[in-house]
Amino acid sequence: MNIKSQKDFFSGLMFMAVGIAFAWGATTYKVGDGARMGPGYFPLMLGVLLAILGAVITFKAMVVETEGGDRIGAWAWKPLFFIIAANLVFGVLLGGLPSIKLPAMGLIVGIYALTFIAANAGEEFKFKEVLILATVLAIISYLAFIVLLKLQFPVWPAFITG
Amino acid sequence: MDLISNLSLGFGVAFTPINLMYAFIGCLLGTLIGVLPGIGPLATIAMLLPATYALPPVSALIMLAGIYYGAQYGGSTTAILVNLPGESSSVVTVIDGYQMARQGRAGPALAAAGLGSFFAGCVGTLVLAAFAVPLTEVAFKFGPAEYFSLMVLGLVGAVVLASGSLLKAVGMILLGLLVGLVGTDVNSGVARFSFDIPELTDGIGFIVIAMGVFGYGEIISNLGKHESEREVFTANVTGLMPSKEDFKRMVPAVLRGTALGAALGILPGGGAVMSAFAAYTIEKKTKLHPGEVPFGKGNIRGVAAPEAANNAGSQTSFIPLLTLGIPPNAVMALMVGAMTIHNIQPGPQVMTSNPELFWGLIASMWIGNAMLVILNLPLIGIWIKLLTVPYRWLFPAIVLFCAIGVYSTNNNTWDIWMVAIFGVIGYLFIKLGAEPAPLLLGFILGPMMEENLRRALLLSRGDWSVFVTRGLSASLLAVAALLLVVVLLPSIKKKREEAFVED
Repeated sequence: MNIKSQKDFFSGLMFMAVGIAFAWGATTYKVGDGARMGPGYFPLMLGVLLAILGAVITFKAMVVETEGGDRIGAWAWKPLFFIIAANLVFGVLLGGLPSIKLPAMGLIVGIYALTFIAANAGEEFKFKEVLILATVLAIISYLAFIVLLKLQFPVWPAFITG
Repeated sequence: MDLISNLSLGFGVAFTPINLMYAFIGCLLGTLIGVLPGIGPLATIAMLLPATYALPPVSALIMLAGIYYGAQYGGSTTAILVNLPGESSSVVTVIDGYQMARQGRAGPALAAAGLGSFFAGCVGTLVLAAFAVPLTEVAFKFGPAEYFSLMVLGLVGAVVLASGSLLKAVGMILLGLLVGLVGTDVNSGVARFSFDIPELTDGIGFIVIAMGVFGYGEIISNLGKHESEREVFTANVTGLMPSKEDFKRMVPAVLRGTALGAALGILPGGGAVMSAFAAYTIEKKTKLHPGEVPFGKGNIRGVAAPEAANNAGSQTSFIPLLTLGIPPNAVMALMVGAMTIHNIQPGPQVMTSNPELFWGLIASMWIGNAMLVILNLPLIGIWIKLLTVPYRWLFPAIVLFCAIGVYSTNNNTWDIWMVAIFGVIGYLFIKLGAEPAPLLLGFILGPMMEENLRRALLLSRGDWSVFVTRGLSASLLAVAALLLVVVLLPSIKKKREEAFVED
């Protein structure tokens, strides 16, 4: 059996997997009947529907011819990794991570880290340029979010402010 | 005249200096972010939402409406100059607008888009004001069965409009509905699908999904392409004013676009995208005047009509939101979330219990449109400068503002972890060619649908026929079925595929 549309084939699998997972999860709650719907009723219904739909999409992807096979194409691993990593590191630095006893480093440190990590996702990386960008972003964010909008953020590292 | 007294109440609220200022800031920020290539109104609104937290509800909503319109205007500027639609509703603008820019007529194209949108916005506001009262009265007749059927209709509408595979769009909606159910069930108090994580018992935040999927997902996918694929026309924007000839062609196109957009926007599932596509199709059907440039080669009508239609449509799509509390499309779904943050439950009761807010918002939409013409046309030079900023400076800034935005919704790093997960999921959706907009709509409607289904079946003692024996509910479902049949008709199906291929 050939896969005629790669994109549809894998979307179908994704829908099936998620549908089954939700439907299975729903059966662990009280399902009830139409007149007395339990918390499991609606998710079970939707999950089953989604799984069936996913099966149909997968089946179609193996039968219906498409131009060029509708290939998924190369994954952009580099941007994917650096963007998500930048986001995670920002979160860790902003709030600290009690489980490894890392104190909160605050917004400013977080911004520098985020900019430097995220900038790796692009095609070129110039240290000086990124440094300037990070500084500009830090100043703008401080003025906009802390001074102007008065949002509650840890701005500086916890060991400085105490 | 009720309409006039209502509108004057609204303008009284909106014309206070402080609210005018917020409308202005909203428009400015909206345009600023919306102009950036690859960021549509969804990501823009999600990113700028924290900026409204500290404001009183009326001002916050006025600012949000400004952000929404600004993002749309900014999107059309990008479409014309960069050949990169920031959002689906300017997909058709790209076709002729970009050609005009290549011929050195970017100025008239921008002016046509701006003036056409302004006119359409004015008409849309009037339609909104006129329809709001009678529709609200209808809304009070709605029982749970009607609400459920209406949401089905809205979701079917969203499926019909999604570009690409219908089946996958249905899948995305179901997925959205399911994700919307995560968290504590309001009736039984059972925490569903929360894996005993306390943060998950409150459900997943809609901002987290919007930013992860539409912000991070898009950025990752954009970075996967090479920079040379983007070409910006910035140097040759000279002479904004369209010629007399241009005006003669533009005016009827704008009128047609406005009428179409205003009508389609009211339909659940309708709004900006469908309006723009329909308007462009109609313009293409009309006969070319002697000496007129053909469509697809830089015809000004191909810019004016869809831009007018999408603005009229986005204006009137507030009607189902404000009168019935049901978001007709993904952007409006985001507005529901925004309103809930400010403790306003959208629905028919808003108009009666909070008339200042309701009419003030409507009036401020008109003011916002006027401000945008003022902001956009003379200041176009500034926006063009923004387009020349290299993407490698922009994307870290966007990532940062998304991260700050999600953190500030709850002051909790949990949301930052979640947005990372949804960023990966969003990129997966893009790679699999599954359009994420229906997901967000399903996400917002999920809990509402369950609640109304539960109530309807409770009242009917488990009898499903209640949805077809009640007149209003039956006719809503009939319209939904009709819509489905229409798209599935072979001739229309082919046309629909053609229309979406042009992006």
